[in-house]
Amino acid sequence: MTVTVYVPRDAAAKAVGADAVAAAIAAEAAVRGLDVRLVRNGSRGLLWLEPLVEVATPHGRVAYGPVDAADVADLFAAGFLAGGEHPLGLGPTDEIAYLKAQQRLTFARIGLADPLDLQAYEDQGGLAGLRQALAMAPEAVVEQVTQSGLRGRGGAGFPAGIKWKTVLDQPAGPDSPKYVCCNADEGDSGTFADRLLMEGDPFCILEGMIIAGLATGAAEGLVYLRSEYPDAIATMTEAVAILERAGWLGADIAGSGRGFRIEIRRGAGAYICGEESSMLESLEGRRGTVRAKPPIPAIAGLFGRPTLVNNVLTLASVPWILGHGADAYRDFGMGRSRGTQAFQLAGNIRRGGLVEMAFGVTLRELVEDFGGGTASGRPFRSAQLGGPLGAYVDAPMLDLPMDYEALADAGAMLGHGGVVVFDDTVDMAEMARFAFEFCEIESCGKCTPCRVGATRGRETVEKVLRGEDVARNLVLIEDLAELMRDGSLCAMGGLTPMPVLSAIRLFPEDFDRAPAVAAE
Amino acid sequence: MSIEAPLASGAGPDDTPEPSLIARLCARHGDRPAALIEILHDLQEALGAVPDGALGEIAGRLNLTRAEVHGVVSFYHDFRARPAGPVQVKVCRAEACQAMGARALIERLCARQGVALGGTSAGGVTIEAVYCLGLCAQSPAAQVNGRLHARLTDDRLDAAIAAEAAGAAGAAA
Ligand SMILES: Cc1cc2nc3c(=O)[nH]c(=O)nc-3n(C[C@H](O)[C@H](O)[C@H](O)COP(=O)(O)O)c2cc1C
Ligand code: FES
Repeated sequence: MTVTVYVPRDAAAKAVGADAVAAAIAAEAAVRGLDVRLVRNGSRGLLWLEPLVEVATPHGRVAYGPVDAADVADLFAAGFLAGGEHPLGLGPTDEIAYLKAQQRLTFARIGLADPLDLQAYEDQGGLAGLRQALAMAPEAVVEQVTQSGLRGRGGAGFPAGIKWKTVLDQPAGPDSPKYVCCNADEGDSGTFADRLLMEGDPFCILEGMIIAGLATGAAEGLVYLRSEYPDAIATMTEAVAILERAGWLGADIAGSGRGFRIEIRRGAGAYICGEESSMLESLEGRRGTVRAKPPIPAIAGLFGRPTLVNNVLTLASVPWILGHGADAYRDFGMGRSRGTQAFQLAGNIRRGGLVEMAFGVTLRELVEDFGGGTASGRPFRSAQLGGPLGAYVDAPMLDLPMDYEALADAGAMLGHGGVVVFDDTVDMAEMARFAFEFCEIESCGKCTPCRVGATRGRETVEKVLRGEDVARNLVLIEDLAELMRDGSLCAMGGLTPMPVLSAIRLFPEDFDRAPAVAAE
Repeated sequence: MSIEAPLASGAGPDDTPEPSLIARLCARHGDRPAALIEILHDLQEALGAVPDGALGEIAGRLNLTRAEVHGVVSFYHDFRARPAGPVQVKVCRAEACQAMGARALIERLCARQGVALGGTSAGGVTIEAVYCLGLCAQSPAAQVNGRLHARLTDDRLDAAIAAEAAGAAGAAA
């Protein structure tokens, strides 16, 4: 009897030895004369358990992890092919609390199958949204997106429906194309949800892009994918080819008479190219300097044409919305934050990984219940929310609900959903220094507040670190921050003050360096 | 137009890109200026670097000025004028990795290899910083000759470097 064994092909699994585990399983099965079918699936997103090996048993899938190649012979000896007990055994995958407690809509399929198995994709509900969209007028599709309450998952949280409507309302013709650009630059430290989905369920993103093309009248899509993600580039490129062969991409989508094609384009290691106008410059083959707005990309974007720019997760939410209805999506969430958010638990955390939950879950539930506290076992001190431009929060803020407005009111932001945890050994003044340094390295250089402000800021924090004129230099940092916030062309310079000022406000003791230096 | 300057040593057997290589790479992308970054990636994959001497010909093919091409090459962190050593370590120093001790890990690595961050050791190990590899739940993380490694310790990092060094030596022999 053939037994199916799953070993993820995701970069997160391969980075901790999944290829060696897969090879060891194949070799051991051969030695024992056992018939094993190895499937390289996507990751379930339970990243502290990777490589997470699953076995399909008559009673469902059973998980083991984290598995090392050296454990494989032992697993066979324990009868893992029949779900046998073993110290690495985790029981039925679906019953793992971390997974069971989640509300996975966008990530419903990751880890279930080989991500490039189109038949499996369809069997698990894929293409239902696109079929629905093909039977609808573009206006009706846009209306569904609007009604769902979906907001941009790239960071700014702009209502997706409004953007789609703006692009739809622009005139188009054979010589005046429109574009759909999928922002897959995912440069924020502490985020990997785009990557997990690109490697684990690429068809879902492409399906979302095709729907976006049909809805806005665009016939061409581009994915701007960061070069740091070679596995995602390979998987997405292959997924495009598979959809082309199956007739879901090309001049005539599934016999509808409407066309859409998709090109995968690589970034080149510039964080700023995640900013949409800088991304468009880069897609045109230029330096990734930001453009002044207006005009907005929806009116004048790629090559000056109307362009829908959305994050990977925004686009990937759309098939579910079309397939299940806008109201079903709206039912998740709170206030003006509707649906689910892919939270990413990272940094010094015991159980890091992907947690998709309706908006409104508290930071404490994420960090303590899902995450299990710090990896080091030391006390939690801070978390940075929403990437390198996001605020640091402290322990009293753990009860904040994760919702765009609630976080903004607390002086923080959700961004792309990353939560980077730090224990009590962190030096927050050093983190403030790093925020300026990162801006200095990654600024596109076009506007002075960002370009010069970052350098001045770093130098000034360094003076504080050395205990020089601390009170005066802290005032200087506040002034500089205000200038950057108000005078920068984009949110790179505009938001760099957020991590800096939140660190100073919540952890003033770390900036109080004078006595320590004087005592030396 | 031909190449103006020879490549630095260590680029492998094809030190001087033949005009046909650049022509081929540009043609693969339809000689479109919008595809410049893709063309530069392809060139760097072939030669290990984007040598200064290649810029003029690329510009000519795409109907751009050499200054425009140079501007693009110099803007993006990925492109290098000279090839890295046989073992290229890109180690993450973004926040999530810092939360798990990446800074100290990098310092110790540089000390062991006897090289500053950004440089190439006598043994041919290039150590560079990157900002997030998307492995932030399994920090610290690094890429060694393109292969990803997470949950790094000094030993795991050294083992990854040694494996690539052995591979590079095997390929050269
Ligand atoms: C410095 C900077 C970096 C950004 N990086 C990303 C990114 O990596 N991915 C992304 O989707 N959006 C990023 N954004 C936000 C984009 O500018 C834009 O708002 C987003 O792609 C729009 O898509 P959405 O509405 O679906 O979120 C970044 C913004 C700034 C200012
Ligand atoms: S911060 Fe290092 S991999 Fe993301």
